[in-house]
Amino acid sequence: MNFHLKVWRQNGTSGTGKLVDYEARNIPSEASFLEMLDIVNEDLVSKGEEPIAFDHDCREGICGMCSLTINGVPHGKDRGVGTTCQLYMRKFKDGETITIEPFRAGAFPLQKDLAVNRGALDRIIQAGGFISERSGSAPDANALPIPKPIADTAMDAAACIGCGACVAACPNSSAMLFVSAKAAHLNLLPQGKPEKDRRVLGMVRQMDAEGFGNCSNYYECEAVCPAHIPASFIAMLNRDYTAASIRETTSATA
Amino acid sequence: MTLDSKIPAGPLDRKWTTFKNNAKLIAPNNKRKFDIIIVGSGLAGASAAATLGEQGFNIKCFCYQDSPRRAHSIAAQGGINAAKNYQNDGDSVYRLFYDTIKGGDFRSREANVYRLAEVSAAIIDQCVAQGVPFAREYGGLLANRSFGGAQVSRTFYARGQTGQQLLLGAYQALQAQIARGSVKMFPRTEMLDLVIVDGHAKGIVVRDMVTGEISTHAGDAVLLCTGGYGNAFYLSTNAKGCNVTATYRAYKRGALFANPCYTQIHPTCIPVSGNYQSKLTLMSESLRNDGRVWVPKRREDCGKPPHEIPEEDRDYYLERKYPSYGNLAPRDISSRSAKEACDDGRGVGPGGRGVYLDFADAIKRLGLSTIQERYGNLFEMYENITGENAYERPMRIYPAVHYTMGGLWVDYHLSSNIPGLHVLGEANFSDHGANRLGASALMQGLADGYFVIPYTIGEYLSTQFGKKVDPHHPAFEATKKDVLERTRKLLSVQGTRSVDSFHRELGLLLWDKCGMARDKAGLTEALEKIPQLREEFWKNVRVPGSGDSFNQSLEMAGRVADFLEFGELMCLDALTREESCGGHFRTEYQTPDGEALRNDELFAHVAAWKYEGEGKPPTLIKEPLVYETVKLATRSYK
Ligand SMILES: Cc1cc2nc3c(=O)[nH]c(=O)nc-3n(C[C@H](O)[C@H](O)[C@H](O)COP(=O)(O)OP(=O)(O)OC[C@H]3O[C@@H](n4cnc5c(N)ncnc54)[C@H](O)[C@@H]3O)c2cc1C
Ligand code: FES
Repeated sequence: MNFHLKVWRQNGTSGTGKLVDYEARNIPSEASFLEMLDIVNEDLVSKGEEPIAFDHDCREGICGMCSLTINGVPHGKDRGVGTTCQLYMRKFKDGETITIEPFRAGAFPLQKDLAVNRGALDRIIQAGGFISERSGSAPDANALPIPKPIADTAMDAAACIGCGACVAACPNSSAMLFVSAKAAHLNLLPQGKPEKDRRVLGMVRQMDAEGFGNCSNYYECEAVCPAHIPASFIAMLNRDYTAASIRETTSATA
Repeated sequence: MTLDSKIPAGPLDRKWTTFKNNAKLIAPNNKRKFDIIIVGSGLAGASAAATLGEQGFNIKCFCYQDSPRRAHSIAAQGGINAAKNYQNDGDSVYRLFYDTIKGGDFRSREANVYRLAEVSAAIIDQCVAQGVPFAREYGGLLANRSFGGAQVSRTFYARGQTGQQLLLGAYQALQAQIARGSVKMFPRTEMLDLVIVDGHAKGIVVRDMVTGEISTHAGDAVLLCTGGYGNAFYLSTNAKGCNVTATYRAYKRGALFANPCYTQIHPTCIPVSGNYQSKLTLMSESLRNDGRVWVPKRREDCGKPPHEIPEEDRDYYLERKYPSYGNLAPRDISSRSAKEACDDGRGVGPGGRGVYLDFADAIKRLGLSTIQERYGNLFEMYENITGENAYERPMRIYPAVHYTMGGLWVDYHLSSNIPGLHVLGEANFSDHGANRLGASALMQGLADGYFVIPYTIGEYLSTQFGKKVDPHHPAFEATKKDVLERTRKLLSVQGTRSVDSFHRELGLLLWDKCGMARDKAGLTEALEKIPQLREEFWKNVRVPGSGDSFNQSLEMAGRVADFLEFGELMCLDALTREESCGGHFRTEYQTPDGEALRNDELFAHVAAWKYEGEGKPPTLIKEPLVYETVKLATRSYK
């Protein structure tokens, strides 16, 4: 198969970038999207040009490193089932023009070409996305039975791979789907209850401080999420946040 | 040089307790005086960093991905073993220990493996307390499944994403420590060398992968938690960035590399489909719980659609050859059997390199919805990659490189032979012998990080009071200069071949000569060819771009240059070990019915290799494996 590519090239954080045209030739239809870029890069190297920089690692849809916006859609999710690395060229038409850009958001500074810095997501986790626990002092794991439906819903939320597609898809660059998934995972479990208020207040405030936008219920995030995180977790987070804020004010005034 | 494994005296089941009772402790107010460098943020690195940070040490943690959460542990699917005996099916610490020793074909250290089994239960407690959402039964208790090489159900899992959930647990604990200020994280930072000061490991040289800046970090101890070297083969189930660089550079600074030829080929991966392919995808071994492996009995049936081949014309070869373990035979045995069937011309799919993994019976017995619930995401993944629906036709699978049992040599304290240098997780050699059982790598990574190193690091640190290294010691500048020079060299060749083309060529050679089956002629040939390929690399590689910027070609070039040296060490080790054991199958040494033939008299030892300098052959140092409790037996899964 052959494709016309328009690829965002940008040298470093401060430089200005632009879309550059490339031809991808003789691509096997069983190749993944990233393997297609590998072939293009091999070609560029053989011509003495610098290959296109893009993030990737596991190439199995789980590490969350790959992060391309394909024809305007993060991970090209309108054609694929998950992450960019799990998108296969047989989903494209021979001769198609494909535009490839990074995950764009103010809170994700560009590093080079298609690679961005998503450190803001780590800092949100630092603000409360954990359960405080000391190694070696835990009670027996079966001492605390957890109803299967609750464990299953917590797992649905915990499946988030932290890729940031939700942010890139949102017209407001909101990270609410990411934050709500982590909050739901931990808040639903009995082990996570003691720190619930601190967690939601901390994470939401950090999200704001990082410059992510608000959620105005576009649900673009849910549509592109490779881990199928449902937007209903956002409603859960909103409720928990309101309750925690009220408790915070009342305890401050009490 | 003799190797002291520092195994505590006393009966096997008392050794760890004895050690802990006598371990050297560092007082709380002294902990903050120690700086510890941890390279790697996978299960081993993240759990060690979180635990040591929480104890009060100053930690610097490094990883090459843009976030510690993306370490390759994230990709583990199937599960983690623990001797909880929650199923009341006769499991015990001893049984887990014995299964692991036997699975490793009696080539691992008794004391280490026993300790691993002993702390396994606490890992599950720890993870549940952190909020890891393991699968549960309707009664709310934890669920288990069985895995290869075991006759009990002791594997805990979180859907098909166990590694992800365990790593996120450790990652979150790490983030909590970062917020507290006890850990400083350096993502997108690659370790390129180890700094030795007066014979002790006291720092590292790293490259900032965004700016290209090369800098040094000093510490009181260095922990390498950098994972395995399976990518030496180019095609593997490992993430693209997995490398041998950190451990290999430590080897070149004097750390011994143990059993480099022990690599694990996983039986259930999606077969190779073309030469453009960049990696192979694992289909979790848990599928073998319910899937049945078969090939046609007759070669001429291989081209037929599977449903047209009647029961009596199918060869369920694992069930036939290993009736008591059947489809749950250990990985090395299952992989080799698949290769034999394909070598016999009975493989299916493109190129005849595939066998069927069939769920038709399981669907009939348990219903479609149960199978969907158990393996839904794996079936989805399979369909996405191959375009085939495995509910309707059997999966095609083939073995692929997956895990490396070899690694830097460590003693019972997880310390290498270089004082101060500790090695955890897949990067060390210690617990899996010549073959690792499924679901035991996650167990080992977390055991090392949460429960072992927090006790054992005191043995070294307690000797280092008042010996803070001077970060301006000339060794730092000298090592940095070596790294700068190597980077300059890589960029200045300006030849005509890409880094990737060298990597592929090396990978094919290793797969061919040092893969599932090895022999003297092939290994000798590889040992001639690898130096030639390496020479060509340094004459003809083309690395575009500059050193002082984000440059992925340069990153890969450094890693491939190391694989090109390391591959030789693998082959040398494989050639020297004149026996078959676990994943190391020398065709010259097999029983009449094709099973691995060990030679306990000559080879019941750890082969640890010492670097002797450029162009000189490394020296082999043997650590005898002394079995005090178990009797060496011929491994049988029949
Ligand atoms: C697809 C797959 C499925 C698996 N499934 C299972 C399973 O079900 N059960 C099981 O028990 N095991 C499984 N395994 C094996 C298991 O996942 C690994 O052995 C284990 O997770 C390794 O953990 P680790 O912490 O040692 O290394 P890793 O998780 O590989 O982490 C390595 C870390 O080191 C860093 N690093 C590496 N080199 C450098 C460098 N030069 N400079 C700086 N940082 C560096 C990386 O950034 C990373 O943070 C699976 C493996 C694979 C590949
Ligand atoms: S590369 Fe890991 S999710 Fe795509």
